[in-house]
Amino acid sequence: MISKIEAKRAQAKLGGGQKRIDVQHSKGKLTARERIDLLLDNGTFSEYDAFVEHRCVDFDMDKQKITGDGVVTGHGTVNGRLVYVFSQDFTAFGGSLSKMHAQKICKVMDQAMLVGAPVIGLNDSGGARIQEGVDSLGGYADIFQKNVLASGVVPQISLIMGPCAGGAVYSPALTDFTFMVRDTSYLFVTGPDVVKAVTNEEVTQEELGGAKPHTTKSGVAHLAFDNDVEALSRLRDFIDFLPLSNRHPVPVRPTEDSPTREDPALNTIIPADSSKAYDIKDVITRIVDDGEFYEIMPDFAKNMVIGFARLNGQTVSVVANQPLVSSGVLDINSSIKAARWVRFCDAFNIPLLTFVDVPGFLPGTAQEHGGIIRNGAKLLYAFAEATVPKITIITRKAYGGAYDVMSSKHLRGDLNYSWPTGEIAVMGAKGAVEIIFRNVEDKNVAKFANPLPAAQRGFLDDVIIPAQTRKRIIQDLKMLKTKDLRNPQKKHGNIPL
Amino acid sequence: MPQTFDKILIANRGEIACRVIKTAKKMGIKTVAIYSDADANSLHVRLADEAVNVGPPQTTKSYLSIPNIIGAIKQTGAQAVHPGYGFLSENSQFVHALDQVGAVFIGPNEKAMAAMGDKIQSKIIAEKAKVNTIPGFNGVVTDADHAVRIAKEIGYPVMIKASAGGGGKGMRIAWNDEEARDAFKISSSEALSSFGDDRLLVEKFVEDPRHIEIQLIGDTHGNVIYLPERECSIQRRNQKVIEEAPSTHIDEATRKAMGEQAVALAKNVGYYSAGTCEFLVDPHRNFYFLEMNTRLQVEHPITEYITNLDLVEQMIRVAAGQKLAFSQSDIKISGWAFESRVYAEDPEKYLPSIGTLSKYVEPRGVANEVRCDSGIVEGSEISIYYDPLICKLCTHGPTREEAIVNMENALDNYVIKGVTHNIPLLRDVISHPRFKSGKISTAFLAEEYPEGFKGHKLTLTTRQNLLAVAALVHAKRDFRNRSWLSGGGSFGEAAPEASRTWNLFVGVLGDETKAEVVRGRDGAFKVSLDGQPFSISSDWALESTVIQAKLTDAAGAARDTTIQYLDRTPLGYQLQMNGTKFSVSVKTPKQQELSKYIKEKEKIDLTRMILAPMPGSVVSIAVHEGQEVRRG
Repeated sequence: MISKIEAKRAQAKLGGGQKRIDVQHSKGKLTARERIDLLLDNGTFSEYDAFVEHRCVDFDMDKQKITGDGVVTGHGTVNGRLVYVFSQDFTAFGGSLSKMHAQKICKVMDQAMLVGAPVIGLNDSGGARIQEGVDSLGGYADIFQKNVLASGVVPQISLIMGPCAGGAVYSPALTDFTFMVRDTSYLFVTGPDVVKAVTNEEVTQEELGGAKPHTTKSGVAHLAFDNDVEALSRLRDFIDFLPLSNRHPVPVRPTEDSPTREDPALNTIIPADSSKAYDIKDVITRIVDDGEFYEIMPDFAKNMVIGFARLNGQTVSVVANQPLVSSGVLDINSSIKAARWVRFCDAFNIPLLTFVDVPGFLPGTAQEHGGIIRNGAKLLYAFAEATVPKITIITRKAYGGAYDVMSSKHLRGDLNYSWPTGEIAVMGAKGAVEIIFRNVEDKNVAKFANPLPAAQRGFLDDVIIPAQTRKRIIQDLKMLKTKDLRNPQKKHGNIPL
Repeated sequence: MPQTFDKILIANRGEIACRVIKTAKKMGIKTVAIYSDADANSLHVRLADEAVNVGPPQTTKSYLSIPNIIGAIKQTGAQAVHPGYGFLSENSQFVHALDQVGAVFIGPNEKAMAAMGDKIQSKIIAEKAKVNTIPGFNGVVTDADHAVRIAKEIGYPVMIKASAGGGGKGMRIAWNDEEARDAFKISSSEALSSFGDDRLLVEKFVEDPRHIEIQLIGDTHGNVIYLPERECSIQRRNQKVIEEAPSTHIDEATRKAMGEQAVALAKNVGYYSAGTCEFLVDPHRNFYFLEMNTRLQVEHPITEYITNLDLVEQMIRVAAGQKLAFSQSDIKISGWAFESRVYAEDPEKYLPSIGTLSKYVEPRGVANEVRCDSGIVEGSEISIYYDPLICKLCTHGPTREEAIVNMENALDNYVIKGVTHNIPLLRDVISHPRFKSGKISTAFLAEEYPEGFKGHKLTLTTRQNLLAVAALVHAKRDFRNRSWLSGGGSFGEAAPEASRTWNLFVGVLGDETKAEVVRGRDGAFKVSLDGQPFSISSDWALESTVIQAKLTDAAGAARDTTIQYLDRTPLGYQLQMNGTKFSVSVKTPKQQELSKYIKEKEKIDLTRMILAPMPGSVVSIAVHEGQEVRRG
């Protein structure tokens, strides 16, 4: 019996067989198991359900069975921390989703929620197992339901490493982060053939749903990597930032970057000419540990910068206007980008560090008709709802409604600072002086273009020396460790979706 | 020492302004800086007691604007002006304008400056003062026979060149009569076709020339003293790259002869303050006067290093009418000094680079062996408006060899991020066997890097150093990445098991080597490369830039290496060794094995795009929209 089990196990290891493995390799793609090997710490993978086979009898399917049924599932560790993983096997029925395949995925998700550990999905699937009909559809829906229940309980990450089309796309869409591999992964609801038939549009898979459109235009994917090996290596780095679940503390790693390090270069980083741009990422990297900033969605709505960093070893979330792109203006896409990010961080107790240099909301019919009102409201809602430690630094402009939105004191900001270069006002000082005095006088401009009026009203807790920003924030984070703030009891709020 | 001035203005920017301010402070003199709009936050502005804005970034409207600078003098009441080098330092009109407002120019008088500033006139004066000049025929050569006659008078080899010439066209070297005849024919026809002027000149050709210069310092009482020579032969496109003092080529007799001629020349025109006579010197130590620079030279620090004089202080004292406090016999040579000009430029293409210095840490010596003359700090910007000089890095040592080692260490420890810089080239030249031997000439860079500089060439040893350090960096980081002070869950450990082994593949330039790193219970690391064991010690603070490591092989032989950790890549690290950047891949055995399936990315087609090699301003647009553009 033991030898029979071992033979079956060996068969499972081969998935769809050597020939299909060779085809997978020839496309520059790795197999489901190879990917797990690269993702997890060496030798830590414990597999579940290796012997699972589908139970479909229609269309002679009972004669074609592949042990494992197209997905490899289990748990292991990443840098010593527990994670759950499922990896779809394109060599077995094209990675298509059957009832049993879905059941395997649901099982690891259930267990991840029970013990509190992230779920990592490595997607490479041709779609529904057509032969199983509605069983397959039901399988998708089961996964969607689990995704929703797990949302905010354990971090969920999807790494798309092959095709992912049709209804299948909604599982990655429901997870917290969707990453893609360039040139080998696609995400679309309907493929190029259907697009051609319905709209007569000619489009390639890559143009329709490759990494480029999804990381630059649609905002569906959060990051793209060059190939499987690099993607899995960088995914490990990403996981290091995440709390294991909403019940676990934010991770803290040792660091040799001094918590009291001062950086005089920050004192001159804001250009003297307030209309001149600078890169907010230079500000961020000078403040955080080791200059390491893991940016998310770097190519979508670039006027807003979001990502992870560490301060004194602890994960923090960064939200920042980017003066380098459209002066850091708030528009529909940047609001949505930051809003979802803020909600993720709030759900997992990751402190929010917000850098503000915003001239306001973007005017124009495109924005108004596109719904900047309800979309901008998403970011406002997200910041207002968040109960995690919130520290805000105004580096330069904070004008109008955008000032309110960007984690202001009024939205329960814990510590709101401005650098001496801050300008907090209803609008640009020049414009304001023009309206009030009908002419521009330097004296009046100077009256508005400084942080003192806001500080006098307590809207700012302090005006700080830029060089000392790191030191201040690290102290504040320490103080805020015991922050206890709860929103009123309710079923759930109604974010303006 | 008697007081000189109460307040001086420095009509310059950047490192030289900072340099002058430093000496002025030492002498108890208040300083006034001038700055353009682009320099409002600059170091020289912050160091000075007062600062005056003299206009927009363009030099013609600010640092070269005599009226604006005179305005700054009047506004601040500065009694004297130090011009630094460049800008208005050799502008006799500026000296004249200062005289008019009663401010003292810290430099030579207007007449001497004007006399030496004109290249033809200075040569005539030099001949009068019996200074060796390049022998030549100052007239038009009539025919081939005439050319041969002149060449014989001067002595071969000679250079026959177009009087209208430039850029090497219409220039021929002749070693005998026959070549002189041919050279005349070819050069005259080339000159005619290139410049529409077939007039030719003949002068002595100086073979394998070295560029060696004599620093002078004189007072207003008729004393002029020469200081030991500086060798400035390492040049690219006639720009000095590395200088040293003294020169390996000059003996005591030549030094004396050159010095005395330079002094004679200066006395002839009544020169005072600091000045420099440039000479070409051939392999037989024949020297020929080229020109005189009537200002403080960029490379003056190496002279200060070996004479223990402060030349700026001497200039200020002389300008205040004081006598030199030393005589020729007091001048001794103490040790050896080098200067590396660290520029924000690509060392392979010599293109300037601009940007913000995101990280900038100057090397520091233990005693006084490293000197950095710079005008920037971390966060400063290298702009398109001014010279892309980052720093004049000087080192000193009791001997030439020790000064070289000090320079190697200083360059290895110099951290510059944010702009491309020429440290790779400087580091390679300093360690070049021919440079070390001292057998250099102005053609050094062209001869040693005929295809251009392409970065440090790895040797067996440097490759081992690089890979061992990369493996160590990886192991230390990996160890840290597995340590969870909080949030590690039930599996994550606060302190992973003390002893660990990493099996890795470490590669550079496409060549991978098997490496094993072992962390012992005591925290000590051992690295083996292809089975060759080393123990490696380094006090590298995680993620810091400079890694100083000691590798000891199985036989007990130890070697030190300094490598800079620049950045991470998806599968490895960017490291800098011997000045050159290397991308080192570090892979686990699984990553290495599976990488073979990964396809190379196709290169993006750039043929339909135009990329400017460096930023500039669009000066004019020769076409309008819709206009047809034809080839050629």
